[in-house]
Amino acid sequence: MATVGTSAASSAHVEEHEHHEPQSFLRKYIFSEDHKTIAKQYMFSGIFWAIIGASLSIIFRLQLGFPDMKLEWLRPILGNWIDSSGKLDKEFYLALVTMHGTIMVFFVLTAGLSGTFSNFLIPLQVGARDMASGFLNMLSYWFFFLSSVIMFASLFIETGPASGGWVIYPPLSALPQAVSGSGLGMTMWLISMALFIVSQLLGGINYITTVINLRTRGMSFSKLPLPIWAFFLTAVLGLISFPVLLSAALLLIFDRSMGTSFYLSEIYIGGEALPNVGGSPILFQHLFWFLGHPEVYIVLLPALGITSEVIATNSRKPIFGYRAMIASMIGIAFLAFIVWAHHMFVTGMNPFLGSIFMFLTLIIAVPSAVKAFNYITTLWRGNIVFTPAMLFSIGLVSFFISGGLTGIILGNSALDIQLHDTYFVVAHFHLVMGAASAFGFLAGVYHWFPKFFGRMMNNTLGQIHFWFTFVGIYLVFFPMHYIGIAGFPRRYYSFTSYDAFQTFGDLNTFVSLAAILTFGAQFLFLYNFVYSIFRGRKAPLNPWRSNTLEWTTPLHPGHGNWPGEIPAVYRWPYDYSKPGAAEDFIPQNVPYSQTPESNLPHENALIALEKEIEAQNYNDQFKQPH
Amino acid sequence: MVYVVGLLSLVFLILAILVLTRLTSVLKGVSGGVSDEQQVRPLGMSNRINGMLFLAFLIFGSIAAAWSFIHASDYFLPEASSPHGRRTDNLFWLVMAIITLAFFVTNALLFVFAFRYQYRKDHKATYYPENHKLELIWTVIPAVVMALLVFTGWRAWRDIMSEAPTDALVIEIVGKQFNWELRYPGVDNNKLGNYNYKLIDANNSLGIDLADEASFDDFTATEMHIPVGKPILLKIRAKDVLHSVFIPHMRVKMDAVPGMPTRFWFIPDKTTEQMRNETGNQSFRYEIACTEVCGQGHFSMKMNLVVEDEDSFRKWVSEQKPWLTNNPDYLARVPENLRAKAAKYVPADATSAPADSTSAPAEEAAGGASTASLR
Ligand code: HEM
Ligand SMILES: [Cu+2]
Ligand SMILES: [Cu+2]
Repeated sequence: MATVGTSAASSAHVEEHEHHEPQSFLRKYIFSEDHKTIAKQYMFSGIFWAIIGASLSIIFRLQLGFPDMKLEWLRPILGNWIDSSGKLDKEFYLALVTMHGTIMVFFVLTAGLSGTFSNFLIPLQVGARDMASGFLNMLSYWFFFLSSVIMFASLFIETGPASGGWVIYPPLSALPQAVSGSGLGMTMWLISMALFIVSQLLGGINYITTVINLRTRGMSFSKLPLPIWAFFLTAVLGLISFPVLLSAALLLIFDRSMGTSFYLSEIYIGGEALPNVGGSPILFQHLFWFLGHPEVYIVLLPALGITSEVIATNSRKPIFGYRAMIASMIGIAFLAFIVWAHHMFVTGMNPFLGSIFMFLTLIIAVPSAVKAFNYITTLWRGNIVFTPAMLFSIGLVSFFISGGLTGIILGNSALDIQLHDTYFVVAHFHLVMGAASAFGFLAGVYHWFPKFFGRMMNNTLGQIHFWFTFVGIYLVFFPMHYIGIAGFPRRYYSFTSYDAFQTFGDLNTFVSLAAILTFGAQFLFLYNFVYSIFRGRKAPLNPWRSNTLEWTTPLHPGHGNWPGEIPAVYRWPYDYSKPGAAEDFIPQNVPYSQTPESNLPHENALIALEKEIEAQNYNDQFKQPH
Repeated sequence: MVYVVGLLSLVFLILAILVLTRLTSVLKGVSGGVSDEQQVRPLGMSNRINGMLFLAFLIFGSIAAAWSFIHASDYFLPEASSPHGRRTDNLFWLVMAIITLAFFVTNALLFVFAFRYQYRKDHKATYYPENHKLELIWTVIPAVVMALLVFTGWRAWRDIMSEAPTDALVIEIVGKQFNWELRYPGVDNNKLGNYNYKLIDANNSLGIDLADEASFDDFTATEMHIPVGKPILLKIRAKDVLHSVFIPHMRVKMDAVPGMPTRFWFIPDKTTEQMRNETGNQSFRYEIACTEVCGQGHFSMKMNLVVEDEDSFRKWVSEQKPWLTNNPDYLARVPENLRAKAAKYVPADATSAPADSTSAPAEEAAGGASTASLR
C-alpha cells in the first residue's frame, strides 16, 4: 500500500491541526463550518424527514388498501382529521399525499442525499481541506433547518398543511376558498420552500466552487471519481433551475396576497366572480416543471454517482466506460432542461410543442440506457463482494431500469393521453426516482459509514435489510402499473364512486400490506445505524479496499481532513484488479513509478510528469493565512 | 385477483425464509471464528447466499411478474370505444412488448452476473475499462428504437390532436368543484353561444351570454348523451380550479383550465348497449372522471355518458328544453333588438318584450361588465 496510507495511520490520533485553537461545543457540533459535521447534520435531518414522509404514506395507504377500516385509533395523533365516523378526512388525505411528495422529493432526496454526500465526499475525494466557504456551507444547512422547521410546523396547524399536490398547481393552491390547505398551510409551504431554495443555492455554489478550485495536485477532471462528477453536475442543475422555482413561488405569493393575476383568470368560486383576468395557470406549470424535471435528476444523479463508486469497488473492477459515464451524465444534465413539458402533454398546450417535447424526451432515454448497460458490464467478470452498499447499488440499477423503461411509454404523448395522472405515472417515478435514489442514499450510508463514524455497520443486518426492502419495493410498485393501465387516477381518496374503478380492491390491499412491511424493514436499518454509531466494530482505515482519497485520511479525520500534506493524485480512481499488480486495488495517490509491474505502456510515459504534479502550486487552504 | 395476491405473498414468504436461513448460517459462521477480513467484508458463506438470492429473485420475480400480469390483464385498458383509442392501445402494446423484452433481458443480465461473478478467493476480476465498439452498439440500438417509437407516436399524436371535422357535434363541458356541467349547442343550430364568467349566478351557472343569439337555443344537461359514429368535439373549460376531463373508455383526457378553453375531439363508435353486450355486464355505463386534483371532492366528480344511435340521440335532444325556456326571467338580459328572436324560446305567458324584427349582429360579450352588476 501507499506511503501516504501508512503515514496517515500513524498519525490517526492527531485530531486537530495545530494551527487551530479548540472550538466551543456550539461551534464544533451545532454551528459548525466543518463539512463533515454539516454532512452529518444533513444526514440526520434527512433520516428524520424520511421517517416522517414514509409514515404519512403509510396513513394514506391504509385509506387506499382498507377503505372500510375504522381509523379511530389514529385520533391521538391526527385529532380531528379523523372524522366522527372514524374515517380519514378527505382534504387531509390530499394534504397527506402533498406533504409526502414534498418531503420525499425535496427534504429527503434533495437535501438529505446531496446535502449529506456532496458535503462529505467532495472535499474528501478531491483532496481539499474543506468546502470553499465553510461559512456559506453552515448557512446553507441552517437555512435548510429553518425551512424544515416551518414545513414541519405546517403539519400541525388547524387548517392543515398544503394540499394541492406536491406540484401545487394554482388556482387550487392560490385560493384558500378552494381547499383549506391553501390557507395558512400553503403560505408556510411557500415560505419554507423559498428558504429551502436559498439553502440549495448556497450549497450548490459551494459544491461547484470546491470542485473547480480546490482539487488536490494531479486531480484533473479526468481523474475525478464519478460521485464527484455527479455531485458537480447536480449542483449545476440546481443552480440553474431552483431560481426558476423561486420565481414561480414568488409570483404565486403575489397572486395569493397582493391581488396580482399571474396565474389567475376568469374564476368563479364560492359564489363570486374574482376580478382577476389575463393570468394563466399553465404559466405556473411551465415554471414549475422547468425546475421539476431537472429536479428529478437532481435527486437521481448523486445516487447514480454513489452507485458507480460502490459497484466498481465491490466488483473489484474498473467502472466500465468511465468517459461514457461522464458523457452520459452531461448529456442527461443538458437534456433535463429541455424536456419539462412532457409533464404537460394534456394541458391544452399547443400539440406541435407536444411533438417537440416527445422527441426530446425520448432522446433522454439513450444516455440513460448507456448508463444501465455500463453498470451491468462492470459486474461482468468481476469478483463481486456483496457488502450491503453493493446490494443496494445493484438494487438501484434494477429500479433504474424498470422505472426508466416505463418512461418510454409516458414520454410518448399519444400514449400519455390515457396514462397521465394515473397510477402508472406513480409507479414510474417511484421506481426510477424514489426507490432508486433512496437506495443510493442507503448505499452511501452503508459504504461511507466507516468514514463518517469510524465504525462498521453490521453486514448481516444490512443484507437482511436490503432483501426485505428490495422485494418489498417491487411488491409495492410493480402492481401499481397494473392499476394504472386499468386507468385508475392518482390522488383519489377512494374508488367507490365509479363503476370503471371497482376492480383491484384486493390488489390495493396487497400493495398497502407490502408498503407496511417495507416500512417496517427500515427499522432494521435504524437500529443498525444507531447501534453502530456507538457500538459498531472499530473500522479499519480502508475497509472496502477502495482507491479514492477519503480512505487515506485518519480514522477520524480532524478539521482539515489530512494531518499533513494533502496527498497528490497520479492515476484515475478505478485501478482495480490491474493485471500484474499484487493487490486488487491501487489507490489514486500511488504514483506510477511505484507500480512498474502493472503499468500500461502509456502510463509509463506518465512517470515523467510526477515531479511536475508534486511541484504544483495548489489551493491548500491551510497554507494560506486566514 | 386473489391468486395474484396469494402468489405474491408466497414469493415474499419464500424470500423471507431464505433470508432467515441465511441469517442462522451466518450466525453459525460467526461463532466458528472468521478472519478479520471477513468480518469487514462479507466474503464467505454470506456472500454466496446473497449471490444465490439474486438468482432466486430473478427466477421467482419473473414468474411472479408474468403470472400477476396475466391475471391482472383482464382489467387492463378497458375496451376502447373510439378509433383513436384502439390506435393508441395498439401502440401501447407495441411499446410494452419492446420494454418488457428490455426489462427481462437487462434485469436478467444484472442478476445473473451478480450470481455468476460473485467473489471467489484467489480469483481476480478482469481489468476491462472500456470497449468503444460495444458502447457504440448500445448507444445506437436504443437510439434507433427510440426514433421508430417517436415516429409512430408522433403520427398518432398529430392525428388525434388535429382540428376537429367541421360537422362535429360540439359540446361544452365545464368543470367546477365538484361536478361537471354540460351545454349543448341547441335544438336549432349547432352553435354554442358566448359565455362570460362574470355573468355566472345562481341560475346561470355557466355564465351564458344572452347578448349572443346563438345561445338562445342552447340547453344544459346532467348526463352526457352522444350519437355513435359521429365526431364529437368537447369544448372544455373550468370555473374555479384546474380539472381534467377523463373518459377512460374513449381514451380521452384533457385538462380544464380556468381562463383558457381547451378542446378534444373523438369518435365514439360503440353504443352503451353494444358495450353491455360485449362486456356481458348489463349495468355497464360510460363514465367521465376528473384527473387533476381539485379539492376534497376530486375523487367523486363523476358524470355518466350515454352513447346511443342517431335516432335515440335525436329523440333525446328533442326532449331537452333550451336553457332560456327554463329560465324565462333572463329574457330581460337579451338586448332589445334580439328580443323577438329570443321570445321564440320562451313560453308565451312569460313574454312581454316588445317586438323588434331587425336582426343586428350580436354584440360580443360586451354585456359582461355592465350586466355583472345585475347579480
Ligand atoms: C427514460 C427516461 C424517462 C422518460 C422518457 C420519462 C418520462 C416521463 C414522463 C413523460 C412523465 C410524465 C408522465 C405524466 O405525468 O403523464 C414522467 C413523470 C415523472 N418522471 Fe419520468 N421519465 C424518465 C426518467 C425519469 C427519471 C430518471 C426520473 C427521476 C429520477 C423520473 C421522474 C419522474 C417523476 C418524478 C415524474 C412524475 C411527476 C409527477 O407528476 O408528480 N423520470 N416521466
Ligand atoms: Cu420529467
Ligand atoms: Cu378533480
